Amino acid sequence: MRKTLLALALLLGGSVAPLPVAAQAAADWQAILDAARGDTVAFNAWGGSPNINSYLEWANERLEAEYGVTLTHVKLEDTGTAVSRILAEKSAGRTDGGSVDLVWINGENFAAMKEAGLLGSPFAADLPNAALLDTANPSLSADFTVPTDGLESPWGGAKLVFFADTARTGPIEAMPRSAGALLEWAKANPGLVSYPAPPDFTGTTFLKQVLIELTPDPAVLARPVGEADFAAATAPLWAYLDALKPVSWRQGRDYPDNYPAMKQLLADGELGIIFAFNPAEASSAIASGELPDTVRSFTFEKGTLGNTHFVAIPFNAANREAAMVVANFLLSPEAQARKEDPRYWGDPTVLNLAKLSEADRAAVQAIDRGAATLAPDALGPVLPEPHPSWVARLEAEWQARYGS
Amino acid sequence: MTSRPRLVPVLVAALVALPVLAGLLGTLLPAFGYLPALGGDGFSLQPFRELVATPGIGRSGLLSIWTGLAATALSVLLAMLALAALVGTRALTRIERMLAPLLAVPHAAAAFGTALLIAPSGLLFRLAAIPFGFDRPPDLLIVGDPLGLSLIVGLVAKEMPFILLVALASLPRAEPARRIAVARSLGQGRAAAFLFAVWPTLYREIRLPVLAIAAFGSSVVDVSLILGPSTPPTLAVQLLRWMVDPELGLRLKASAGALLQGGATLAAILLWLGVERAAAAWLRRRIARGGRLRFEAAVRVLGLCAALLPVVVVGLGLLGLALWSVAGFWSFPDLLPPSLSGRTWSAALRSAASPLGTTLSLGLLSAGAAVVLAILLLEAASPLSRRLAVLLALPLLVPQPAFVFGLSTGLLALGGRPSLAVLSAVHLVFVLPYVLLALAEPWARLDPRFERVAASLGRGRLARLVRVRLPLLLKPLLTAFAIGFAVSAGLYLPTIVLGAGLYPTITTEAVALASGGDRRIIGAYALLQAALPCLAFALVPAVHGLCFPGRRGMRT
Repeated sequence: MRKTLLALALLLGGSVAPLPVAAQAAADWQAILDAARGDTVAFNAWGGSPNINSYLEWANERLEAEYGVTLTHVKLEDTGTAVSRILAEKSAGRTDGGSVDLVWINGENFAAMKEAGLLGSPFAADLPNAALLDTANPSLSADFTVPTDGLESPWGGAKLVFFADTARTGPIEAMPRSAGALLEWAKANPGLVSYPAPPDFTGTTFLKQVLIELTPDPAVLARPVGEADFAAATAPLWAYLDALKPVSWRQGRDYPDNYPAMKQLLADGELGIIFAFNPAEASSAIASGELPDTVRSFTFEKGTLGNTHFVAIPFNAANREAAMVVANFLLSPEAQARKEDPRYWGDPTVLNLAKLSEADRAAVQAIDRGAATLAPDALGPVLPEPHPSWVARLEAEWQARYGS
Repeated sequence: MTSRPRLVPVLVAALVALPVLAGLLGTLLPAFGYLPALGGDGFSLQPFRELVATPGIGRSGLLSIWTGLAATALSVLLAMLALAALVGTRALTRIERMLAPLLAVPHAAAAFGTALLIAPSGLLFRLAAIPFGFDRPPDLLIVGDPLGLSLIVGLVAKEMPFILLVALASLPRAEPARRIAVARSLGQGRAAAFLFAVWPTLYREIRLPVLAIAAFGSSVVDVSLILGPSTPPTLAVQLLRWMVDPELGLRLKASAGALLQGGATLAAILLWLGVERAAAAWLRRRIARGGRLRFEAAVRVLGLCAALLPVVVVGLGLLGLALWSVAGFWSFPDLLPPSLSGRTWSAALRSAASPLGTTLSLGLLSAGAAVVLAILLLEAASPLSRRLAVLLALPLLVPQPAFVFGLSTGLLALGGRPSLAVLSAVHLVFVLPYVLLALAEPWARLDPRFERVAASLGRGRLARLVRVRLPLLLKPLLTAFAIGFAVSAGLYLPTIVLGAGLYPTITTEAVALASGGDRRIIGAYALLQAALPCLAFALVPAVHGLCFPGRRGMRT
């Protein structure tokens, strides 16, 4: 039946003069806007940051005004909860009318959802604002080396950046500029360095950063872990962590839960150096009174990990069209400029400034990043993420060595 | 009420026990490798093999059993000492009034408060910093210590008041005044008289709540996340991590882990039964040997300290949370925030309005329904048989992570969509056991002669219930409602999983925001979280007074 219809459609379509591509795309998008009007999008996203939560409240107001689409932020403590729910829906045979319309993910979660068939069909290329993306950035099309295949739409950038309180630990210029130097600094300042216990995202990122710097042949990291000699590739990492443990916070008998916990420890002076995956984190924490205004940022000379975070539409989303409208709005110059402003969030844009109109470009360039945030050109080289299959092995090995 | 009184108990028990059993089935299948959505459509022991091979899993399991048992033992011991020191004194009423509001404080809020108190950067060390002059917090492993001692303290601060209040409700059954008088006439001191003559009977009455605490303590997630160790964490934390791990294959291991959690909880309960026997045997021997208790005066002092301990810990913790919620930048070693700010509260109040509304509706619906069902059940089957009581306590005895995820899959398979009605029904499953716990005792204790008099005047069963029994039991009914409301308001895992996150309550918001680690926001939300249940408890005497103005005999 379906095949017959398809043939019929092709036959009819063939007899009509084809519309120009651009006009066709515009008409298609208009159809999506029409279908989306009046719908409510359940956007499942981490809810631990009041800044991000307010940003999404603002996005909701704009979306309601402009497109008649309501954005509900389902505040998650962990993205895995949403993935569990989608999985439960698939288990129960719920192939449409699912409870998650849009989910904020990247890396491992994306790879897992893609492999388990939880992501439906591609949509990212159909968004009009996708034309403004910075296509030179490889992490927009390959999320932790896994091709995105249009199953997720970029939302923002992330880069590993280190913070220190200059009032307690001295000038920022004297801070270590490599993993090796960080270890030396920890030896000279025992108890002041730690990292969140993997599988926390930031903690795993730290392991990957050290691994990339120390492993004999970094090229193997881009391929699945099964193809590499895991023991040989990671031996320098474990030697490094073994040396760090006795001079780290609580002598490595405990680890901070996550980045926010490290932030509190920096504020109280329990840690001397911390790190986050958002270059503007320190500025926004100073603005909200969580960190002293003497905190400054630094990165490693040979580069730090960087990646992109995305939004994706699950296979059974109840409001797919409205979710596309939201994803497109999140990519608009207006939304991206506001997101980059540390007063609201401070998350780097994924757009290519050269592709924006002059006014939009000026708005992004005029953003005051604050003294604690490095300028985009001072962030140093970007190291690409290893293949996501490394994460599980690293986490399991870490658990066996330090977490049990 | 009904011509077949057997029907009601069966229906109510089914309502409570079936969701738990169905949820367990939904956990059992993936634990044996059956999860078609991930391509697992055969049965295997692979998840268990992986579970056993997990480094530190044995330690995690032992940690769960140990912390659950230790917290239970300590809570019971402290409650016992407090009663021994205070029964028959006027101070007891005062202590009771101080402890009751602690029930309204959610576990997570109390745990955060405890952490703010005892952490190296917390209040106690800030006080110590004044004389010793250190400007960085000492590098001490206090919160998250490997033996779970902080976790045990956090649990005891919440569970000891619960045990004490449950015991106080059952106390009249143990006829304390008469028995103490007899024991004292035999030359025993007041504390010894209580321990030898009253406690054994009293303990039998509160056994089920104590077992529920052992089960809760060995499977608690939120308190363990805040105060528990991390290398390795307790079993409940570990399996929740697997449940949300990006590596979807870990869901199978998590299900196997949920069964292990069930086993750990069972072990904690069985061990506790052993502790009970040993303690009873000791007490019997001690009584048979005769003679007086040597530390009579010490017991009294200890008992008073025991009674005040939770008040002090939770009270100071809440004070710390309140201070943080209005603080600007506030770092070690400042004892008080150097600058104040209303920003946290203005933001919190703006975004908390709708979750507070949801919390209120869910609490009113589930606690209201639970009280009605409890009345129907008790009218048909009071006093509850032991088998029925255990069945009704199932949601408290089976650890939540072991069946909540399975229940969610089951509901979805039946075509259920998240709605306020479904969520209220799920809350009811957790609320009803507590409401019954609070109501069963006063119900059974009411002097039967009141109703006999009414019957002799020709009143039917319904009239006796509505016009005699319920008005006489109004106070316990209101208290049971408030307890049910507090339970509903504090539910996290069932609310977020079965509500698909579409019905945020103040608790789900608080947990999500707590993951951001800002103590200001945690402080504000913890207080907001405690506010509604506190209000419910505070309204009990007020409503009671309104219903019976100026009737001295109705005062309790």
